[in-house]
Amino acid sequence: MNRAGIPIEEYVCSGHSACPGCGALLVLRYVLKVLGKNTIVTSPACCFTAIAGMFPDTCMEVPLLYNAFETTAASASGIEAALKIKGKKDNTHVVAFAGDGGTADIGLQAISGALEDGHNIIYVCYDNEAYMNTGIQSSSLTPMGATTTTNPIGKEAGWKITPKKNMMDILVAHNIKYAATVNPSYPIDFVKKVEKAKATKGFSYIHAYSVCPTGWRYQPELGLEMGRLATETGAFPLYEVENGKYNITYKKKTKNVLEYYKLQGRFRHLSEDFINDVQAYIDQEWQKLILKEECSKK
Amino acid sequence: MKNNQKYSSVEDLPEASVASVSTVYIKTGSWRVYRPEIDKEKCIKCFICWRCCPDISIGIDEEGYPKINYDYCKGCGICSHECPNEAIKMKREGK
Amino acid sequence: MVKKIMTGNLAAAWGAKISRAEVIAAYPITPQTIIVEKLAKFISDGELNAEYLRVESEHSAMAACIATSQTGARTFTATSSQGLALMHEMLHWASGARTPIVMANVNRALAPPWNIWADHTDMMSQRDTGWIQFYAESNQEVLDTIINCYKLCEDRAIQLPAMVGLDAFYLSHTSEIVDIPDQDIADKFLPPYKAFYPLDVEHPLSVGSLAMPHQWYSEFRYKIYKSMEKVIPKLNKIEKEFNKEFGRNYTGSLDLYQVEDAEIILVAVGTVAGTVKDTVDYLRSKGLKVGVIRLRLFRPFPSEELIKALKNASFVGVLDRSFSFGNEGQIFSELKASLYQTNRDPLIKDFIVGIGGRDITTDTVKKIYENCQKCLKNKKIDQEIEWTNIKV
Repeated sequence: MNRAGIPIEEYVCSGHSACPGCGALLVLRYVLKVLGKNTIVTSPACCFTAIAGMFPDTCMEVPLLYNAFETTAASASGIEAALKIKGKKDNTHVVAFAGDGGTADIGLQAISGALEDGHNIIYVCYDNEAYMNTGIQSSSLTPMGATTTTNPIGKEAGWKITPKKNMMDILVAHNIKYAATVNPSYPIDFVKKVEKAKATKGFSYIHAYSVCPTGWRYQPELGLEMGRLATETGAFPLYEVENGKYNITYKKKTKNVLEYYKLQGRFRHLSEDFINDVQAYIDQEWQKLILKEECSKK
Repeated sequence: MKNNQKYSSVEDLPEASVASVSTVYIKTGSWRVYRPEIDKEKCIKCFICWRCCPDISIGIDEEGYPKINYDYCKGCGICSHECPNEAIKMKREGK
Repeated sequence: MVKKIMTGNLAAAWGAKISRAEVIAAYPITPQTIIVEKLAKFISDGELNAEYLRVESEHSAMAACIATSQTGARTFTATSSQGLALMHEMLHWASGARTPIVMANVNRALAPPWNIWADHTDMMSQRDTGWIQFYAESNQEVLDTIINCYKLCEDRAIQLPAMVGLDAFYLSHTSEIVDIPDQDIADKFLPPYKAFYPLDVEHPLSVGSLAMPHQWYSEFRYKIYKSMEKVIPKLNKIEKEFNKEFGRNYTGSLDLYQVEDAEIILVAVGTVAGTVKDTVDYLRSKGLKVGVIRLRLFRPFPSEELIKALKNASFVGVLDRSFSFGNEGQIFSELKASLYQTNRDPLIKDFIVGIGGRDITTDTVKKIYENCQKCLKNKKIDQEIEWTNIKV
């Protein structure tokens, strides 16, 4: 049964210790709503390790296996293999739930391995764009221009100059069956994409935009507003890739990135010139995405 | 159940840290600085507030209105900001 | 029971097969490759009902093994040297998570310089990871120990992982006659694995959660300590039962050879013990009172058993096939520490042998013995640590 367009059932309970306005929690909550009770989650070192509760407490109403930082995909493929040999895989979903550092940096090799080895798992990256649990250090998914504790503003600039790694393209290059970007500010789109991942026989990847008021320095009530701006400016485009075919699910890129950047403390230091560079980069990536979609139709 | 009541000694413990006590006994409402309040006159029962709550602290009352569970609400204010009819106001706790 | 001529690597694969391992997650490394190739072939031929996980590194191999074991499947892997070193983080995880994984490790030196030959540095470096450590002397022992390890590790009182070391090439690539236990008897001896806290959607648990300093972290570690204390008595019991079912006799943590009346006792690990035993036979034929203790188990360290076995010895020569730089050979250190608790004070000397696969011949052992004899006569050791056969 649905309420406000998403399933009513909850598999994460209250009492968890996520920061007020945490995006990661919404991501997990929506993912589990779609996948349901017959789901096993594995998660590495990340915010969620602290959020879920300390022994003997847990906010999870489905099984959760903690594993080390770089292991998420290997851990998920292990669970999948054991379920298979026990004859339980057909009715159980295996979810890897990791942050951006655990996905795009330290865990990248394991994802590449598990994906190529053809495991039937759903890998969810909640991308809050830095190592938030350890105190806001830059990851390869920290966006262009952001300051973090390892990109501190000093006398000589210091903020992150390079753009985010394109995880979607990396995984598409592995011939992934299904990959999608999602954003809790677009819950209906979010739920639809997780349903597709659920129906996929093989490795699927969900790259989830995940706001972090603590690390990004904005008022927590703006969380979903922030998400809308990220997508409307093209900073976080919403699309999916099904068997190599790109499909942009939100096409109205109507706003300038400045509107998104100006609300967050992590971008406050940026000059107009640098913001223009960011804008140029985002426009270029958006054009590439449109071309990929057009190519997919041919 | 209180967190440290489940086990009283090393003998009671499982071999590994296998957690099974629901966090619902932890009342995170004490973190709150601003308190969301629903104006039922304005509420259109769309449940967008329920949908966007990261603390899963909005339920439903007997009349079918959304109901905030102050035991858990951390006061992030997303519900208030997202309410399409401005039916949720944030008020400072203790005032 | 079928007899076959097979290498140590094949014996390891057979050990996993007879134990009905359900998942094998492994990454190839010389000289371990044949173990995992054979298991992959068993699976593709339908002779073993298991999943083979072709992971992209040893680190992922062990991570996947932990997950499969936690989900409830009997899990096997194999590695060597650099691969074992890469697993290091996950070895701690496997024991902390109390997963009864069994692993064959082909004992090989670490680089640089590159070297694929036998020494024990790889496993000795994993001493503190909470794994039970066996070192085998024969291919038969490799196979049998793997079966016994599952029975030991899956016991509720133990619930720890174990690694079985087999020396590179001396066992891994050398053929011997091996008895393959009957599957029916093995199935009775080793019932199916049942995880105590499986990942089960009907009984959701969060496995491996954070434990705070003031809560239970110390207690979880204490529990591993207590379980390790039970390993040796449990192993003795299991090997008695094994002897009854399969007719082969293993003697727990130590393999004693001619020690009862020995004045000089040499302590060795792995295949070198065979050469030492041969040398002991020769020396005994000359009327010399010498014996050898082979450590089968390095973790838990069999202190009490060693003290007992050394009770009549006046001199102990330790043959370490690895070295802790800045200190001494690992077995030497631990044996000395064990003796400190007793009023026994035999002379004791450390011989570093066979590093990076350097051959240890009966001549090497004879020279070691002669040196021990000389020291004993002088009632004083000439030096505490001697790197044997160094070209000076």
